[in-house]
Amino acid sequence: MSTERSYTLLERLGNGLVKENPIFKLALSMCPAVAMTNTVRNGFLLGLAVLFVQVASNVTVSILRRGIHERIRIPAYIIIIATWVSVSDMGLAAYAPGFYKEIALYVKLIVVFAIIISRLEVFASRNPVLPSLYDGLGMGLGFMFGLMLVGCFREFLGAGTLWGFEILPFKPFFFWSLPPAGFFAIGLIMALFIWLERKFNAWRTKR
Amino acid sequence: MTRRALSAALLALLLACLALPARAAGLVRAGAVADEHHITLELAGPLAAGWDWPGNVAVTERESPDIPLAVTGVEVSPDRTELTLALAEPVAEQGAYRVALRQVDVGGVRSDVERFLVRKGVLATLLSIVISAALIQNFVFSRYLGLCIFFGASGRKETAIGMGFSFGLVMTLSAAFVWAMYNFVLRPLHLEFLQVLTFVGIIAIFVQLLDTVLRKVNPFLFKKLGVYLVLITTNCIILAVPLILVGNAYNLWESLALAIGSAVGFALALFLMACVRERLELADVPEVFRGLPIAFLAAGLFALAFLGFSGMSF
Repeated sequence: MSTERSYTLLERLGNGLVKENPIFKLALSMCPAVAMTNTVRNGFLLGLAVLFVQVASNVTVSILRRGIHERIRIPAYIIIIATWVSVSDMGLAAYAPGFYKEIALYVKLIVVFAIIISRLEVFASRNPVLPSLYDGLGMGLGFMFGLMLVGCFREFLGAGTLWGFEILPFKPFFFWSLPPAGFFAIGLIMALFIWLERKFNAWRTKR
Repeated sequence: MTRRALSAALLALLLACLALPARAAGLVRAGAVADEHHITLELAGPLAAGWDWPGNVAVTERESPDIPLAVTGVEVSPDRTELTLALAEPVAEQGAYRVALRQVDVGGVRSDVERFLVRKGVLATLLSIVISAALIQNFVFSRYLGLCIFFGASGRKETAIGMGFSFGLVMTLSAAFVWAMYNFVLRPLHLEFLQVLTFVGIIAIFVQLLDTVLRKVNPFLFKKLGVYLVLITTNCIILAVPLILVGNAYNLWESLALAIGSAVGFALALFLMACVRERLELADVPEVFRGLPIAFLAAGLFALAFLGFSGMSF
């Protein structure tokens, strides 16, 4: 065993999805989680863009980690992220123009999402390529999972549909389709996460 | 002392910019966009009889002078001092349109080509941009941007004010700089695809610069604002404003108005939220909701209230 902790794919995925979920646990980068989650599809596509940028910049930083000087690491990270964001921005504009029109601003703003740069700082700059790849996958999927969970909640309650398919023949609670409802949805789901964690911990200590 | 001189200089600049559009009176005294398909022109005197519009009227957008907008009819008011142009395509109240009238004879003065720029007054445009950025399209409560800093810095009123102030400072300076960079470097060289990269770079440099300068020039202010300056780099709004001003093809003054409006809106949101959160600390909140979840719910209520501004337009 080396002195470095070894990370497996499964452990990293679990970490990103549940233990350190970027939206509900770390509470980072919540702008898209509030603004772009009125349908599951929006959440999925924006999550996909974030996943791509997170994985790509994690790997890039991990490869270059010995060449980046400690002092200029933040500007260097930002340039790396901005490069990959430009790539995904142009890719989306070319292959999904209809959808891109709706979220153009948010795709460009991935550059300043705190989650990406914090993962580079905390993980990718200190670990080899493969674990960084896994970490990027875990965090990206966790982010996407968060967006889609909020999206499901709001789309089902607001429009009675999921991914555009009709589930209920009526609109149960139109309020959830309004943009400000994103704040309420995230607040409630966050509280649910905290509650579940407490129950789980209490159950474990009892055993 | 220096502050007073600075504000006087700023005021003089502002006045100079407002005085600019007051131009020599031509044959057309005023013009305005009446509704979606009509532009009205007020003439300096009565229009001579016998002037017919086909082939003598041309309307283009200011941004694209090569594409004429189709004119479907011109109506002259009974006293012949007002023209109403009917257009096939919709025109926007905020837009700027060039109208050219050929071979006109107004009040005895003949002109081969009479050009006039139809737009809202400079002051009205700037004011509407400021109000729209601060209230109607408030960045935090209507566009849902800058939430990380918003929830991070709204715990205390004092922090909220400090953050709002330093944010406004960086925002205004970097908006002016980004505008110049885009219009004088990126666009002439056809490097628009580098927007995101250069804007982020400019903002990072600006924050670092302000940090260094403030540390040397005004240590007192630095002690108050230094902590927030570093945080600003990761704020979405600071990047969203440059992207929006480039997307809307704003000129320098409009860009500054957008920056100031967004800063005012952000500071307002921070202050409102800080007031609520200070009260919440004393309230009996269910345990699982303590901290962020209840802050989110409060922000949701604010956002609902700000939804009321959405019908407004200037």
